[in-house]
Parts: sequence; structure tokens; C-alpha cells
Amino acid sequence: MRPFSYEQAATPAAAAAAAARNPDAKFIAGGTNLLDLMKLEIEKPAHLIDVNGLALDKIESTPDGGMRIGALVRNTDLAADARVRREYPLLSRALLAGASGQLRNSATTAGNLLQRTRCPYFYDTNQACNKRDPGSGCAAMQGFSRQLAVIGSSNSCIATHPSDMAIAMRALDATVETVQPEGAARKIPIADFHTLPGDTPHIENTLTRGELITAVTLPKPVGGKQLYHKVRDRSSYAFALVSVGLIVQPDGTGRVAVGGVAHKPWRVEAAEAELPRGAKAVAKPLLAGAKPTHDNEFKLTLVERTLEVVLSEARSAA
Amino acid sequence: MQGPGNFDLSRRDVLKLGAAATAAPMMTKAQQAATDAAVVTTVSLTVNGKTHALKLDTRTTLLDALREHLQLTGPKKGCDHGQCGACTVLIDGRRTNSCLTLAVMHQRHKVTTIEGLGTPTRMHPMQTAFLKHDGFQCGYCTPGQICSAVAVLAEIKAGIPSHASSDLMASMQPTQSEIRERMSGNICRCGAYSNIIDAITEVAQTKVST
Repeated sequence: MRPFSYEQAATPAAAAAAAARNPDAKFIAGGTNLLDLMKLEIEKPAHLIDVNGLALDKIESTPDGGMRIGALVRNTDLAADARVRREYPLLSRALLAGASGQLRNSATTAGNLLQRTRCPYFYDTNQACNKRDPGSGCAAMQGFSRQLAVIGSSNSCIATHPSDMAIAMRALDATVETVQPEGAARKIPIADFHTLPGDTPHIENTLTRGELITAVTLPKPVGGKQLYHKVRDRSSYAFALVSVGLIVQPDGTGRVAVGGVAHKPWRVEAAEAELPRGAKAVAKPLLAGAKPTHDNEFKLTLVERTLEVVLSEARSAA
Repeated sequence: MQGPGNFDLSRRDVLKLGAAATAAPMMTKAQQAATDAAVVTTVSLTVNGKTHALKLDTRTTLLDALREHLQLTGPKKGCDHGQCGACTVLIDGRRTNSCLTLAVMHQRHKVTTIEGLGTPTRMHPMQTAFLKHDGFQCGYCTPGQICSAVAVLAEIKAGIPSHASSDLMASMQPTQSEIRERMSGNICRCGAYSNIIDAITEVAQTKVST
């Protein structure tokens, strides 16, 4: 790990301003991903701004009947919140499918959205990776790509976003609230928050320099049956090969977001119109334009079959 | 015409150039040292009921502070990347991977290690149960397993759901499937899992019956 100076920020705006002043600064909250990457010298901040004291750890109702989740609410506390369990069960289910009990106790709402890919070529500093070292190439494309992206990828990068929580946030139409270095607040719809790799895979979201996430808001509950199904190589504590978050209403309409397939939570609103016609009908427009590798083309079938599993679960859970 | 003066001057120039030539890399090294220098800060840590003032490099993880500075070697360094759970300690009662957090971030918290849970003469019920059920072989993962297990039962009691909970709204029970899922962040290379689950189940049942 490289040496770094350390400060505890006094206010969210002061944290953002401090980060904007120092291009080598990073925010630290739970630290579960950042410290992992700092030990490997993939992340090399010269200065850490500890945001844990900023009192952004409340879950509140919003005037429109929705919910505001503070950026520092820990994954355990969000999953266990009585209102989340009752009114946004997809969010609880997605959170509980991720990581371990220890990690969920530390990991925060904002940090979960900002976690980096677990692509093994990003983690191995001896390998070419356009995300870690822009312009160096992508060793994953000719390598073991079984876990990696099948859609929305580019010739520069086939990494996936690893978050389960973000899949639920995408299906629930969450909004990311931020404060910018000059103190102004901004709201970013979750659909516009994460970016596709294109030829700049080192850019993973639309935050600007120094901008700090303060909260994630959810619109008022949409009801319906909410299910999250994660397919992985072991039954606990593993990243998804494919995951499906589903909200389905009594009339058969609904929403689907998919994890483990792209650089961002994958949702195609036009495909959701096919939900009453079943998994196959949804999968076709949902995965249109997919460019899998030989190693991960099975994910296309796996998405369709996982969707079929959750749809039949939704039908049987009357 | 080159007189001696000129020669001296030119010689001095050469020396200057030479000095500059050797000074340049020295400067670079000095600047490098400045940016690479460890940042040391005073950290107050409350561990197992005692408060300690430590001078620590900011890079010191909570795990390294416990093991290397406070000689509390119960928490183990397994993977050092939050994957194995051997470093699990309780921070304000919540189980945490101490390898993935910095000591400097925990000055207002109460840290409990395996040494604070029980001693050889006054064991915690979970330690007694691990012994009774042979919940280990080499023992390296055991302090983390026991800290995690104590927190798992507290989480179930507090009604925190897990991936294994079929009903998110129901009260949580310490069933086998719940314990297996909740303990998945603690890896045991010797594979003592079935005995670990027996030990935790026994403590859970004792707690329910009392």
C-alpha cells in the first residue's frame, strides 16, 4: 500500500471541496473495496477523506411517499430496515445475496454503487487492462472470460459491474443524490449513473471530480411481487454469473433488471413490454446485440432460464 | 586565449555541472522520499475494554494494529483481503473483517477480539461449545469463526434477515440453513464446518431455552 495522508471531513460539501482540491484524493466509507484495491496498488490515493462522520446514515420517508437512503447506511441495516423489507423487498433480497455478513456490516449504500469490477485481469497487475491502465489493452478478451460481460461491452473492456444492490436500485428507478465541490446538489437517475465502457473503461459513472454521493432515493413503492434470483458457482458469498431482479404486477406487467452481464445494471424497458408473454419473449429484446465470448455465451441461455425461474416463482407465490 | 583564470572558471563550471548532474537524481530521490514517506498519526483505540494511544502509520489496518501493536494475536491474518474471515472482530458488537478497515477510522468505537470474549479459565459459551463439538482442526480460523458465530446469533435475535430467510417479515430462527448462510464469510481450510454448525446450534438452543 502507498502512504497517504488522512482527514475526517466535517460536512459533505467540505468533503467534496477537499476531494476537488486534491486530484489524488479518494473518499473512504466502509473501505471494503478500496482497501482491498489499495493493498494491491490498483488504487493509489495519496490522501483519504474519511466520510464516516458525515451523519449520512439515516433512512427517511420522502414527501412523495418514497424513501431517502443516506449514502452511509450499511448494507446490513438497509436490508433489515422494516419498511424496505415490506415495501421494497427486491432491495432487501438483492443486498442479502451479496458478500458476507461481515462485509455487509461495513459496506455502504454509496460504496456499493461505486465498487469496482472483480474482473481477474483488472485485479492482476501483471496483465493488460484498459480499466486499470488506460491504453494497455485487455487481456480478458483472450483469457478466461467465463464471468465477464456479454452485452454493452466494447473492444476495450468486457468487465461487469459486480453489485447486486445496484440491480434492485435500477429496477426500482432509484435516484442518486450528490453534492458537488462548490456546494450545489445534483440528482442523477440510476439509469444514467453507471456508464458503458466504450473506449474509456476507466470511467465507470457520471460523477464529476470531487462530487460526493449523499443519498439514494426511491420513488413510492410500486408493489407487485418482487424477486431476486442469483446464479453463482457456490450457493453463498460469490459474485453472480447471472442475476435477475423482477417486479411483476397481478396483470403480468413488470420490470426486469439483470446483473452479471454488463458494465452496468442491465435493463431494457422495451423488453419489459414482453413480460406477459414469458421469459423467451423478454430475453430476445433484452439481450439484442449481445457479443459474448466463447467462454461466456452460456450466459445468454442462463439469463432466459433464470428469468423463467423467477417468473414461475412469482406465479406460484400467490 | 585561455589564461589560468579562464581555465579555473571552466573547471568550476565543469564541477558545477558535475554537481548538478549528481544532485539532480538526489533531488528526485529526496522528492520521491517525501511523497513515499509514511504518514504517522496518533490513534486512540479501545479494545476489550482498555484504551490505548498508539502512534501508527495511517496505512495500518485494524488487524495489524491489534496483532502487531497490541499483541492481540487472536485475530488472524489469512487472506488479508476480506475473503476468509479469519480476522473477524466485533466493532461496537458488529462483526467486521478487521483486515479491510483502517485503525485510524475506529477511534470512537469499541473493539472486541477473541481475547475479550473469553479466557482459558472463563470461556465464552461459544468457545466451550467449539471445544465440546471439536469445531476446528488446525485452529487458525477459529477465533474468527467464534467472533462471527457470536454475532450471527445476535443478528438472528435482532431479526436481521439473511439470504436463507424464506420470509423477510417473519421472526428469524437459528436453523441449520440460516447458520450455514450467515457463516459463509468464514472459511475453514480443514473443513470443520459440520462441527462448527453443531457448536453454534447448541449455543443457539441454550439461549432460546433460557
